Amino acid sequence: MIVFSAVEKRYDDHVVLSELDFTVSAGEHVCLIGPSGSGKTTILRLLMTLEAADGGTIHVGGECLTHMLRGGRLVPADEKHVREVRKRIGMVFQQFNLFPNMTVRGNLVEAPTRVLGLSGDEANARAVELLELVGLSEKIDAHPTRLSGGQQQRVAIARALAMRPDVLLLDEVTSALDPELVAGVLTLLRDIGERTDITILCVTHEMGFAQDFAHRVLMFDGGRVIEDAPPSKLFAQPDHQRTRDFLRAVIDRA
Amino acid sequence: MPDNLPRIVAVLLDGLPSTVIAAVGGIALTIVLSFAAGLSLLARRRAVRVLARIYVEGFRGTSEVVQLFWIYFVLPVLVGLQLVPLYAGVLVLGLNHGAYGAEIVRGAVQSVPRAQYEGCTALGLSPAQRMRRVILPQAVVEMLPPFNNLCIQLLKSTAILSLITVADVTRQGVQVLIPNFGPDTELIFAVMAVVYLVLALLITAVMRVAERVAARRVGRRPTRAARGSTVTPAGAR
Repeated sequence: MIVFSAVEKRYDDHVVLSELDFTVSAGEHVCLIGPSGSGKTTILRLLMTLEAADGGTIHVGGECLTHMLRGGRLVPADEKHVREVRKRIGMVFQQFNLFPNMTVRGNLVEAPTRVLGLSGDEANARAVELLELVGLSEKIDAHPTRLSGGQQQRVAIARALAMRPDVLLLDEVTSALDPELVAGVLTLLRDIGERTDITILCVTHEMGFAQDFAHRVLMFDGGRVIEDAPPSKLFAQPDHQRTRDFLRAVIDRA
Repeated sequence: MPDNLPRIVAVLLDGLPSTVIAAVGGIALTIVLSFAAGLSLLARRRAVRVLARIYVEGFRGTSEVVQLFWIYFVLPVLVGLQLVPLYAGVLVLGLNHGAYGAEIVRGAVQSVPRAQYEGCTALGLSPAQRMRRVILPQAVVEMLPPFNNLCIQLLKSTAILSLITVADVTRQGVQVLIPNFGPDTELIFAVMAVVYLVLALLITAVMRVAERVAARRVGRRPTRAARGSTVTPAGAR
């Protein structure tokens, strides 16, 4: 479903990702872990086309995100091409990024009607159904600013799902939440993981969640994948000293 | 009460329609130009940005009175276009204040957090949809207080229209009253000042309502200033 090959990303002279290769199969749940600044979030941002790669190619569902064919030649993707591929990808952010100028309903129907061309009724039905899934049916006409962080994040998850993406990107979705609200959001994500066959890429510091949610865990360090294993292996018997140090540091903090 | 007060007020109020039309027309044109130029300042195409920048610096950096004389006295000579004084006045007020307003719009749009743009991108909204549906509605909230200032400045600037024969409040005072009621000079100018003050307060009242509506639409509690002292603070809904 997702293929990174030789992907490079630099900010000025600082190399964030170098020669990065990895593949994610359809329906797989992959957690990305590692110290901050190791390039995990950058991977999600490249996939969501919030940023462009400096080298290499990224494919999603067989379509190239970074390049397109024009006159038989591979050229950098233009806005239109990118927007087509983008429809298959959804993202949930650390800070929710809900639109404060719309109600919860507005947030959920905006993109399905305007981007996917759904009718108002269809989009509304989706919104109602998804709010039920995330347990916020009664908040449909509330303003996002009146909701708690945990509720806002659940709305943001529903908003991403309303686009029926093939790939869902979760960028530290519980990091901005008060501790008592984290569990509810993680339970919801497990639930979604079980009920759907969406491919999920998840940057997280919640090792307990990674352990039971992920099919695979990728340990990042210095812009490279240094370890790639099922959680049972990676958490119990990591191959690398860096992984062991990182896990110990995270677990001590918790 | 001074004997001449009622007549002074009556003569000044004869100028009120011109002043109000100039102010309302000028504000309408200002809003249109502010958005057009302000968004152009942020355009992706360099040529558009440069044009908007030339407009803003040109009209912001030159005297309003000189602009007025250009449009009213020079344009007819150059291209044979003689505008009605009041229209020439509205045009200059709008062009001049629109240049200031463009910077207000640009600043407000840029103040909307980057995260909102990214939220739109993640949902696949096009740049136009993003601006119209998400960024501008949030930016408008930030624009209103500075626009209130701008509108009041524009109102006071309408006095320059008296220079090109528009019979506004100022011209009524200076050209009609002063020659006839010489001894009442202080009174005449005092009443003139009060007329402008009342109009300015009216503008502020309208803008306060707009601020409250806009703040509510983005789910924000109105600021204490925008709520006004006469309104009881609304409890959490």
